[in-house]
Order: sequence, then structure tokens, then C-alpha cells
Amino acid sequence: MDQLINYTLHLADSNLIITQRNAAWCGHGPILEQDIAITNITLDLIGQSRNFYQYAAKLINENNLKLSESQAPSPAEKARNEASEDSLAYLRTEREFKNLLLTEQENGDWAQTIVRQFFYSVYQYFLYEKMQYSKDEQLAGIAAKSLKEVTYHVTWSSEWVIRLGDGTAESKGRIINAVAALWPYTGEMFLVTDYEAAMIAEGIAPDIASLKNDWLKKVNSVFEEATIALPENGFMQTGGKTGVHTEKLGYILSDLQYLQRTYPNATW
Amino acid sequence: MVVENNITAEDVWTLLEQVPDPEIPVLSILDLGIVRDIKVDDDLIEIIITPTYSGCPAMDAISMDIKLKLIEHGIKNFKITSVLSPAWTTDWMTEEGKIKLNKYGIAPPKMSSDISDTPPICPQCTSADTKLLSQFGSTACKALYQCNDCKEPFDYFKCH
Repeated sequence: MDQLINYTLHLADSNLIITQRNAAWCGHGPILEQDIAITNITLDLIGQSRNFYQYAAKLINENNLKLSESQAPSPAEKARNEASEDSLAYLRTEREFKNLLLTEQENGDWAQTIVRQFFYSVYQYFLYEKMQYSKDEQLAGIAAKSLKEVTYHVTWSSEWVIRLGDGTAESKGRIINAVAALWPYTGEMFLVTDYEAAMIAEGIAPDIASLKNDWLKKVNSVFEEATIALPENGFMQTGGKTGVHTEKLGYILSDLQYLQRTYPNATW
Repeated sequence: MVVENNITAEDVWTLLEQVPDPEIPVLSILDLGIVRDIKVDDDLIEIIITPTYSGCPAMDAISMDIKLKLIEHGIKNFKITSVLSPAWTTDWMTEEGKIKLNKYGIAPPKMSSDISDTPPICPQCTSADTKLLSQFGSTACKALYQCNDCKEPFDYFKCH
């Protein structure tokens, strides 16, 4: 049960963190249509992440109930300790977040945001394509639904990689820089953590190591059209999936969580 | 206990026909295919709905509108269940809904079995000569097109 909770939180966290990053473009996109596009993608991603968090909260609460069967909690205790999508997003610490390092990287310029989204969307596509057949019905349902949305994100971000890569000297230079900056964070997507290994063994998670070839093939075909080179497989950063993050996540969380931590249970 | 006033599932379907989509009010939630099932048990009515897009902000409003509509008609014992599977598709939109959508100025979605890459017909002047401006429009479910003949931009309800 613990490993299923960890795995579900990992899926939720990656989406939430890239959402928080992308949302900063709202009102600042290069042109109106693209401002709307990146925020629409962000809306899909936050919706998916809510589905994962709600499921994780349900699992956590059921698990806690089982553990405390001998000593039933008082209603007040129960209310205080009950997990919810909000408590999972707003009240966990940096070390508890299991998002991919890629998703916490800075927006940079438009090219860097595009490349981050492209790498992540292609990864999500192949992940959900397999996960829709998961033995866990809820994860399968979320994956099948999300896959339809992610398909658009792949098309949109691919077109932008091509437009910038096969564009002017300026845009090409920027996309090459963005690829170089983000490439070291791509290896982690295909490294199997303990909780993923447990879920793969149970037929709940797809074997993520096996997604690497499809991912590389798709990225390579878009890069070819964009007339940019696939980087050599260099040193890869890891740790995000097990809670060891780059220094950037702390800043993201302080923005994201400030309100709920300063004014607990604030609503509007 | 029997359901109040002997309400049948059909009665509830008829009531829900009067609940509009909050973002495209010419469509009812039935036109959109959001309501998947209505189960009337001895003392409880269960309404099963499915979201259009994962992040669609209208879903919370739709649940609230369903609640208000039922309460307005004296129905109190009900629950609304949201299911994700099978995932919503625009193929569930009714033919009547598609006609209403077109009249409203939004090109209706193609069937997912239609894999041709012909662009949507302009809802203003019925020209088939249209072009994509942006894959993303004013809401998650729409893309933005322009007609090459009448030059009017229009929304296309994406096939999903």
C-alpha cells in the first residue's frame, strides 16, 4: 500500500510542479494565442494532478483507518489528520515531494519552457499509453483520460520545437541552449525507484525503463525536423523521484504553499 | 422507504435536460454526454457524471447546478458520483447538440472515426475553406480557426 501511495504521489507531484512553473506564463506569453495555449495545457495538467492527489488521499486515509482500528481516533483527530488533495499539495515538505527534477527547472526563455514541456509531454504520452492498462483501475482510468489531453500537448510542443529550431539563428541558438540545459534532467525519467519497481512487479506501473527507446525515437524525429542535434548521453542528474531535489524546488514550494501555511485552511 | 413522489430515472433525465453547460449555455449537460447514468434505488438517486477535460473548471459548477435543479424539484436524497472511465469523448455529444452548437457559432466536433484532415466547416458562412489559427481556444475543449472566405475567426469544438 505504501508503495502505491508513493507512486501515485510521484505522478501527482510532477504534474503539480510543472503546472506551478507554467502558470507563471499566464499573462506573459509571447502572443495571446500561445499565452492561452500554455495555460490551457497547464489546466489539463493540474486537473490530472488533482485526480492523482485525490486518489492518493483516499489510499492514505484508508490505510490510516486500518492502522488505527484497535484505537479509533476521535472525530477531531480524524479531521485533523485526514489527507486531502489540498493537504498533499500544500502541506508536504520538499523532501516529501517526488516530482521529476525536469519539472522544477526554471521557465527561462520561451524556448526553455517549450523544451521542458516537450520532454515531459512525450514522456507522459508513452507512460500513460501503457498505464491505461494498469491493474489498478483508478490509475488506468486517469491514464486513459489524460492520454487524450497529453496527445495535444505533444503536438503543440513538437511544433514549437520545430518552429524555433528551424527558425532564425536567434531562435535556433535559444533552443539549442535550452536542450543543453535540460538534457541532464531527462535520464531520471527512466530510472526505476524502489516504489516503481514494486509497482512494476504488481502490474500497476509500466516498466518505465522500457519507455526510453520510444521517448528517444520521438524526440529524435522532432529534433531532425527542427534541424537540431540530439545531445550525447552525458551525465544525468537524479534524485527528484526520491525527494532529493535541486535548490529550485524550495523556492517553488514557498510560493505555492505560503498562503496555506500562513493562513491555514484559508479559502476564497 | 420509497423515493420521494415516486420519482423515476426518466423524470431525472428530463430534469437534467434543463441544466445548461456553464460555458456553452446552448448545450445541456445531456447534449454534451456528461451524464452517464442515473440509478434509482429504494431511497437514493445516484447521478453518474464524467468530466470532459481533467482540469475543466466547469465540472464543479455542473455538480452544483445539478444539485440545485434537483432540490428545486423537491428531490433531496441523491448523490452525484464522478467517474473517469470510460473517458469522455465528443462522440457522445448528441446530434441535436451538434446542430445547436453550430447555430451558436461553434463548429461541432468531427467523429473520432473520421480521420481525414479536412478542417471544420465555417459556422458563419458554411465555407469549407478554413484554417487553424491555434490548437487552443477560449476553453480547454476548443481550438481557434479562421474562415478564408468570410474571414471570420471561429471556435471549433475539438474532437476528443
